[in-house]
Amino acid sequence: MQSKKEQEKLGREKLQRIIETCRSIEGRSLDPFLIDINENIGTVKKYFPEWKIPEDLCLDAETIHRLASIIKLQSEWVQHRSTSLYTDPFLLEDKLRRIEKIEMIKTFVKAWRPIIELEQISVHSLAEALRYWESLLPIEERWKEIAPTEVGLGVASREQLVNERILGDKAFSEELENFWQGLKNQVIEKGGEAKILYWDFIGAETYEETVYRAFMTSFLVTYGYATLEVHPLEEEMFIVPYEKPTEKTATKQLVSIPIAVSREDWQKWKKGELN
Amino acid sequence: MSKRKAAYASKIKRATHMLFYKRHAKPGVKGWELRKTLGSDYPKVLKILDDYLKGLDLQVKTVFEEEVQTEKPTSDQLDKARFFIALRGELTPKEAKMIGWRVDDLAGLAIAIGYIISKKGKAPRKDVEELLREKLPGWKVGLNVDRYIRYGYITEDENEQLYLDWRTRAEVDQKALIDLLLRTEA
Repeated sequence: MQSKKEQEKLGREKLQRIIETCRSIEGRSLDPFLIDINENIGTVKKYFPEWKIPEDLCLDAETIHRLASIIKLQSEWVQHRSTSLYTDPFLLEDKLRRIEKIEMIKTFVKAWRPIIELEQISVHSLAEALRYWESLLPIEERWKEIAPTEVGLGVASREQLVNERILGDKAFSEELENFWQGLKNQVIEKGGEAKILYWDFIGAETYEETVYRAFMTSFLVTYGYATLEVHPLEEEMFIVPYEKPTEKTATKQLVSIPIAVSREDWQKWKKGELN
Repeated sequence: MSKRKAAYASKIKRATHMLFYKRHAKPGVKGWELRKTLGSDYPKVLKILDDYLKGLDLQVKTVFEEEVQTEKPTSDQLDKARFFIALRGELTPKEAKMIGWRVDDLAGLAIAIGYIISKKGKAPRKDVEELLREKLPGWKVGLNVDRYIRYGYITEDENEQLYLDWRTRAEVDQKALIDLLLRTEA
């Protein structure tokens, strides 16, 4: 005799199979009478007393919904068969596959009444166009405002680019390594557990600096220098530095965690109201 | 000429201008536009114009918003309908080429429409493309389907299902096409 768990598992599989069959019939416009509604309703009924958790009840509802869609398709199918447009689809498809190109065209033009339409200029549109032309300013006047100023070519030094904030003053990898070192030092200074609250690490005197630190932290995590520890119930988030950068392998599903660093949050953190 | 006749003659001219010249991205004129320009008796104006066009092998065609054509449309249905000038008789394959259709493209269109009708008005794009690939070069198939969609013969939903669009409803006698196809000896 099957255990209750096995019975539930089998039931779930059967419902999934019914849903998939219904989906493929809907998606591929197959004959909706391929599915035996009574038998499937019987299956749904049989397993219904087994369902206790919401996920199973949702699966049950989804199955009923799909079967209802098939019943609707069956009704449309019957309606279509009773109209004058109905012909055996297989016969028609077979004809379409076998018919010669020129024969198809000869047949089609007998049933085709193409629309007549003219795209031609009229006296009225000519008059409109002339009025527009008269009121149009000469091109030199219209383009005067947006004429670009001439800029001479020159050479910029690395210092100038750094000053202009086009380049950083350090290579990014070097900057990231220093940032990681900073994180490890802060964790050691704090003592206790080898982790630090996210906001305590990224929080800085100015909002701009805080955003910059959050930006760098995201790279620390992405490149395997540190990891995030999230405690959803306590609404706490820690950053844990690794001793050595780790190489992420695809053995585990990687997740992205979006973290908003808003000005309001930063102000709350400054007042000590944020974790 | 009586005043009444003169008024109708003028309305017929205006209706001809509106219907023959392309005004919007889609060809044709909506019923409410005709009512606004010609007055509430525009169906009568169109009827006279249609009689006049018979001799030229043309017709005024009406496509209603709903797929099923109505025997006695209400004024609301007429307002929402689209009116066109279309050919009344048949084209020869040679003439079809003259109006800008390559033989391959037209055959592809006919196959696509026929296949969608055989599938009850809805067919997966990949099935239609697979069928077209049997007779057309592979690189052309996708481009052609896109072209039929752009012209308004077929439409595609987000699940890559193809349906017949407004231009097929306006231009193709679906019942006649199916009957003719079944009668051909392939």
